[in-house]
Amino acid sequence: MLKKLRVVLAWIFWIGITLLFLDFTGALHGYLGWMAKLQFLPAILAVNVAVIVFLVLLTLVFGRVYCSVICPLGIFQDGISWLGTHKNKKPYQYRKENKWLRYGVWVLFVVCLIAGVHVVVTLLAPYSAYGRMVQNLLQPVYLWGNNLLATLSERAGSYTFYEKEVWLKSVPSLLIAIGTLVVVAALSLKGGRTYCNSICPVGTTLSFISRFSMFRPVIDREKCKHCKACELHCKAQCIEITKDSAHIDYSRCVDCFNCLDECKFGALKYKYAWKKEIRNDDVMPDTDRASGRRAFMAGTAIAVGAAALKSAEAAAQELAKKTDGGFADVLPKQAPQRGIPLTPPGSASVKIFYQHCTGCQLCVAECPNNVLRPSGNLEHLMQPEMSFEKGWCRPECTRCSELCPAGAIQKISREEKTEYHVGTARVNVDLCLEATGKSKCGKCAESCPAGAIAMVQQEAGRRPVITEEVCIGCGKCEYLCPVRPISAITVNGRTQHI
Amino acid sequence: MKRREFIQITGAATLAAACAPATRKTAETPDSGAPGQMLMRTNPINGDVVSALGFGCMRWPMIDGADGQRVIDQEAVNEMVDYALEHGINYFDTSPAYLMGQSEKAAGIALSRHPREKYFIATKLSNFSDQSPKASRQMFFDSLEQLHTDYFDYYLLHSIGRGGKDAFNHRYVDNGIIEFLREQKAAGRIRNLGFSFHGAKHEFDYFMELFDSGEMVWDFVQIEMNYVDWKHADGVRNVNADYLYEQLDKRGLPIIIMEPLLGGRLAHVPEGIARQMKEREPNLSVASWAFRFCATYPRVLCVLSGMTNMDPLIENVETFSHFDYLEEEEIEFLEQMATQMMEYPLVNCTDCKYCMPCPWGIDIPGTFQHYNRAITDGTYAQSKAQKDYAKLKKAYLVSYDRAVATVRQADHCINCGECLSHCPQSIPIPTQLRRIAKYIDDLKQDAL
Repeated sequence: MLKKLRVVLAWIFWIGITLLFLDFTGALHGYLGWMAKLQFLPAILAVNVAVIVFLVLLTLVFGRVYCSVICPLGIFQDGISWLGTHKNKKPYQYRKENKWLRYGVWVLFVVCLIAGVHVVVTLLAPYSAYGRMVQNLLQPVYLWGNNLLATLSERAGSYTFYEKEVWLKSVPSLLIAIGTLVVVAALSLKGGRTYCNSICPVGTTLSFISRFSMFRPVIDREKCKHCKACELHCKAQCIEITKDSAHIDYSRCVDCFNCLDECKFGALKYKYAWKKEIRNDDVMPDTDRASGRRAFMAGTAIAVGAAALKSAEAAAQELAKKTDGGFADVLPKQAPQRGIPLTPPGSASVKIFYQHCTGCQLCVAECPNNVLRPSGNLEHLMQPEMSFEKGWCRPECTRCSELCPAGAIQKISREEKTEYHVGTARVNVDLCLEATGKSKCGKCAESCPAGAIAMVQQEAGRRPVITEEVCIGCGKCEYLCPVRPISAITVNGRTQHI
Repeated sequence: MKRREFIQITGAATLAAACAPATRKTAETPDSGAPGQMLMRTNPINGDVVSALGFGCMRWPMIDGADGQRVIDQEAVNEMVDYALEHGINYFDTSPAYLMGQSEKAAGIALSRHPREKYFIATKLSNFSDQSPKASRQMFFDSLEQLHTDYFDYYLLHSIGRGGKDAFNHRYVDNGIIEFLREQKAAGRIRNLGFSFHGAKHEFDYFMELFDSGEMVWDFVQIEMNYVDWKHADGVRNVNADYLYEQLDKRGLPIIIMEPLLGGRLAHVPEGIARQMKEREPNLSVASWAFRFCATYPRVLCVLSGMTNMDPLIENVETFSHFDYLEEEEIEFLEQMATQMMEYPLVNCTDCKYCMPCPWGIDIPGTFQHYNRAITDGTYAQSKAQKDYAKLKKAYLVSYDRAVATVRQADHCINCGECLSHCPQSIPIPTQLRRIAKYIDDLKQDAL
């Protein structure tokens, strides 16, 4: 019964979050955006106190149900391990906790989180890992499917489906997504929840709480026949049944409830466990418990410290013969070098943005103007940045700011966006058509929505000049500049946006 | 009044309402051809019996070639040309410039499969970019070769008018090309020498003066004529067709008609107008009105239609095989339709593609065609308050992206003005592209 409930809820969450990453129309995020906001690490980074308190209490009362129901990577691994093991009668067996790896990774993660080594944080965080896989690997498949429907829809003269360009947004990000998929799939095929209990920093954080959870699966020593049915089906490999003992490591148990159904003797029950009569050997040995408590204290202290630090910072910040018809070739644009990266309107400053961003790729997957893509820069690897080769940051769109679960992009209104100064345009007169006398143009000045660009007469010809305080960095001038592959007018980021 | 009577008395009446009385030195272009067969006209100057429907070779279907370039679908062209000849069409009008320079070659391949005396070839000296004597002569001889022939039946100075006397002298007189063409005519390689015209009244008058003074002997003239341009050409840069017709009729010059459908726009008129046509003639197509308008005028020798596939070809052959002359009252009706049409914010583009390729890659005719179609179909979002606004908005934006690649859309126009001199309709192309780009931007921002 409990297992069924878990499975149903897990499906709902998994489908919801996956759809959130796949959907490019913006139709779903109003309904499903809360699922992303419920994710643990984004909530920590967003200092979303309500969600953090909820998740802590949830774990304290029910154990690590988060890992089985809310975390998309956890559910994904359950799916993979089911594929690998559902025909196997003895898929798993107890394994000892790999303490060095588990706490080592956790300490590394927390240190990196505080020190701002985002690559490590993004690589390890489960929600980011899942988002990365979906955005890089599944969304293209989804879009191709959509484009097939769009072709059929076009033939039928319908506008229900429309074509969405599939393009490679970042090679490093794609390679890392493939690597993530291989590692996660391999681990879950072999050992169920190995990733969650040896690597995942969120799993480890929750484990500090789940050791003390109010409800947990408890083995009734009177009824247990030591048949090992539960142990052999425990994905977390945390049930140890020997001839004369039976215990569950609650730091690793993800409350999947598979064991409850496996026990033929009614010896396993999910029940209230804060009563005194629970015997020692039902739970961990005393020593473990003590160390667990210490770990819990240390963990929460560091986590709370990290959150406080974040919030403090957030508060501070021509042709030979003329023939008719045909098309001139249009070279694809290339991204220019930007001294300071461009981060989306709503991100307050580059620093705040990269401190909060978990690199989950949700904004990248959703950006309707093809502006956002994962950075290839090692310092911000996989965290998004803006660029204008395929579109510009249109004034009516505030979608990323509505979506971001980590508070890296704060919600802004259309009106606020018109004054949100994310970057400043600059002109390369050596490339400019007018300044070099190659052609009449003035496209940038004509199209600037902020009215920040004017054409002034110089000796050689006209050239654009930019009123820096008025420019907001929307990229319309860079996108529409006829000079290719690198535009003659490009936008450089600003460290402070407002 | 039936068709025979009509044509007999038009000389006297000369469509009194439409144009001034004419003095004629030659006979008009009398009809021949049995009922149920292609309407034929006889050129009063040389006796050529020409089909009243001519095949314009400017809009043939293009497909992706082996190297990814767009090439003419020769198989389709062969099939259409065979059908056309079989059904009495014997006038084929091409140019070295058409279809990225591929039209003449395709016409040559298709036509040379038939005896040369079965058809008339019209082609043009399209020396737009290089007016040197060498390049222009080369263009003439290339055309002969491309079309597998020793002579042209009708040879045109391509699109003269704009720029008046100076432009004409530069393109044809100063470089000795007119002299060269006279020689070719004397040598029998050109049977009829004429010109196609786009421009203002005074510019046309200059070419009539040349004719009147005997300086130039025009054998025929090709003009843009249809029931919209009759009285509603923009009037400033492009003269109304009624004036052109009257002037040519007065001088007894056979007239070839181009753009009888305005690039298909008169085959696909706004719904309210189409309904009025259907109420009058439930069985006639919208396009047939436009063809009947042109061929009702007796000085017209041939009406060109740039047929893209078999369907319009079959339909047009049908129109001209059971030709029904318009009565005066029907001409008045079309004038009302033209007046109504002027109220729509259409771009006056005929999709001739003379503006292409835009050096900056913009798909100018694609953008205009898409915009016009939305207006004609009534799928044009005009205001947020409109019923079905969201649906119309999506339909417009999605269909625009389908019709025109993003990097070729209106917002990319840099206003270099390169296209302006090429447009026979004198459309202020950059201004119109801006109008459409603004419309799309407003649509995206829900600011309509």
